[in-house]
Amino acid sequence: MSALEKAYYSPVGRKVASKAGLHEPPRLRRGREWPQGRIVLAPLGASSLVADALALLGREHDAPVVDSGTDAPGYGDRIGALVVDALDVAAVTDLEALRAVLRPAARAVERAGRIVVVARPGGAGGGWEADAVARALDGINRTVGKELRGGATATLVYAHEGVAAADLVSTLGFVLQGRSAFVDGQAWHVRPAAVTADRLDEHPLDGRVCVVTGAARGIGAAIARTLAREGAAVLAVDIPAAGEALAAVANEIGGTALQLDITADDAGARIAAHVAARGARIHAMVHNAGITRDKMLVNTDADRWASVLDVNLAAEMRINAVLLDPAVEGGMADGGRIVGIASTSGLAGNKGQTNYAASKAGVAGLVAAMAPDLAHRRITVNAVAPGFIETEMTARIPFVQREVFRRVNSLSQGGQPVDVAETIAYLCEPASQGVTGQVIRVCGQNMVGA
Amino acid sequence: MVHTVVVVGGNRIPFAKAGGPYARASNHDMLTAALDGLVARAGLAGERIGEVAGGAVLKHPNDFNLTREAVLSSALAPETPACDLQQACATGLETTMYLANKIALGQLSSGIAAGVDSASDAPITVSDPLRRILLKASRARTPQQRIAAFAKVRPAHLAPQAPRVAEPRTGLSMGEHQAVTTARWDISREAQDELAAASHHKLAAAWERGFFDDLVTPYLGTTRDAVLRPDTSVEKLAALKPAFGGPEGTMTAGNSTPLSDGAAAVLLATEEWAAEHHLTPWARIVDAEVAAVDHPGGADLLLAPVGATGRLLARQGLTVDDIDLFEIHEAFASTVLATRKAWQDADYCASLGLDGPLGAFPDHKLNVTGSSLAAGHPFAATGARIVPTLAKLLHERGPGSRGLISICAAGGQGLVAILEAV
Repeated sequence: MSALEKAYYSPVGRKVASKAGLHEPPRLRRGREWPQGRIVLAPLGASSLVADALALLGREHDAPVVDSGTDAPGYGDRIGALVVDALDVAAVTDLEALRAVLRPAARAVERAGRIVVVARPGGAGGGWEADAVARALDGINRTVGKELRGGATATLVYAHEGVAAADLVSTLGFVLQGRSAFVDGQAWHVRPAAVTADRLDEHPLDGRVCVVTGAARGIGAAIARTLAREGAAVLAVDIPAAGEALAAVANEIGGTALQLDITADDAGARIAAHVAARGARIHAMVHNAGITRDKMLVNTDADRWASVLDVNLAAEMRINAVLLDPAVEGGMADGGRIVGIASTSGLAGNKGQTNYAASKAGVAGLVAAMAPDLAHRRITVNAVAPGFIETEMTARIPFVQREVFRRVNSLSQGGQPVDVAETIAYLCEPASQGVTGQVIRVCGQNMVGA
Repeated sequence: MVHTVVVVGGNRIPFAKAGGPYARASNHDMLTAALDGLVARAGLAGERIGEVAGGAVLKHPNDFNLTREAVLSSALAPETPACDLQQACATGLETTMYLANKIALGQLSSGIAAGVDSASDAPITVSDPLRRILLKASRARTPQQRIAAFAKVRPAHLAPQAPRVAEPRTGLSMGEHQAVTTARWDISREAQDELAAASHHKLAAAWERGFFDDLVTPYLGTTRDAVLRPDTSVEKLAALKPAFGGPEGTMTAGNSTPLSDGAAAVLLATEEWAAEHHLTPWARIVDAEVAAVDHPGGADLLLAPVGATGRLLARQGLTVDDIDLFEIHEAFASTVLATRKAWQDADYCASLGLDGPLGAFPDHKLNVTGSSLAAGHPFAATGARIVPTLAKLLHERGPGSRGLISICAAGGQGLVAILEAV
């Protein structure tokens, strides 16, 4: 820790920083914790889909306070979350109803509370206005995310035509619980998937084999731990040189360790062989392993270019090719999950990271391309895009720069590795069948990469 | 009923020269690391294993229960029992056979055989007179008695006693003993240096092809055997000065194993246990034989395995030609060379009561992934390094492949075992 950093974190330093506007960041709610206050449901039309989903989640809900236009009414106390069923919102004039429930809630929502809007996506044949409105909701959601304080977040869920309440259970559960702590201002899609779950499962991965690469430390170790907590039998993979830390993670979670360079030609085959020896197939393949070789473009040589693209993108594609071959024993199970790691650097571009941005944006493109092709096997393919996450790697960024990176998002702090892991675990749930081809940012609504 | 005993995995930490990266690690630390790496690889966290048998040659008095304490520090279930065994450099193979025998008899269905040694953290003791004075003082009932006891301390008593790698009956170091054997069997300097260089090159090649990815777990930042010199050559080794056998000696620091730190473990089980735990058996333990020679009556200190090999092969109805791979522990390059000569020497074999010479085998069957000269030799760990290495090599060759392990040990002893791929 630098002298400057020590001074900053001293009692005096904190006071000075606070006076200068750098307040102590809000404490986020994490894990399977529900909002403390009541959940308010605001149906803006005849749809009862969200009410049905909340019933499956076993959550009671109250009626909303509606802004009548005279003076701003209040809830009187804090509310835990506002969930808006906006599935019938299709005209510009319908948006007023949304404003009328958002306004009182924006003031009342508790620390680390939630505002969730469930709406129809554009492009579904509803006409020009419906598409414009669908996009308008995205603008509203992003702005609500930026205006909410105290660690509260906003999420927009696009539920496609045909989505049943059970298809929404895992998504609404994730968004309302603390597991989505660092997911803010995001919108993603849920498609009809004939999910049969009639409640939120606490151990949705029970007995399922999940493979995590780069599992020895940082985000990968958190993914392994989180998937194990959800009941998975985790195969923790990392390069042989990281074997000591890898073994510690595997033993901690009762998983198995496989020392393997994912760029090796036989990497996919060795993963499959390991799983086949256990008489199983893979439920989830989490491609977390990645490297950075940062240099400004003027200093980026072919080696830096190739190694980053190979580890972060090409190796993943080679391994997928092996595991997706139905003839390979120990390969992907039908109904399985593939999760890649993109990055806000990839989505927005980042100085000094052409190679990294190429690989991570490539991951986003890859999951979008794979998802429709694997739909017939019920294999979903998604990615998460972490923003600034507190890891050993980011701890090496110089202090002032690091503090700036932490602050430039709606939650005024860096995320924890577990925040990325929770999002991945949500995507891996069997009940998340309707979520595929998506990139979910875990970035606290970072200003960069929107 | 006799059960088939299979080797289903192994793990060691990279070996290192004494005073190197593990200088501050204890036997307990290294053995725990070796066990934890094995547990992680096999997915055994929290499992109760039938028994863990381990040992160390250089052992602190406080480590009287070394293996059990390491088990308690490891990720294994605390209900896993353990015992300590020691048979000098054969310890790691002897713990393997101890557990294999129990498994064969049906007393256990699983076991972990292990060995560890730290030449860095060797125990230092006090002189015998000082020890007697300290014990007397501790038994004193009055301050006067205590003062009287301490008054007998003389400066000479205070010199610490480091353990010596020397034979108690001759006072000669192992290298000096082997120098006698080297000369007696007329082993040339060139042959020794060639064998040493080959050991380094073969071990380096095995590392390069990822052979050790599922046999070794890094420790304290060391990811490969720190003794290994991939770029060594016969020419470089030829430049070294003799270390044993006087100025005319042929044994150098390059063709002798260095004092080393390290730990290794082998997972043994019945075939049923292996299947239940989704582990692939590599090889079965066929048989073993232990032997000793007339030491210090003039026999070659490190050639005891020759007699054991002859009797073991005869008992199994096998000849040298039936063995696909040989793992002859490289205590010194000349030990391996003298062993191979002795196998072919009709008179020597007859003197051991064997029916005839054991015969020769081609070089390409010997220590195919290198051995102790390149990997290092933490005494008790070496057997537990070789067993899984050979088992995996045999598994790669396919069912029915046979391998023989020959390990010489202090006191004129030796232990030999046969493995067969399943």
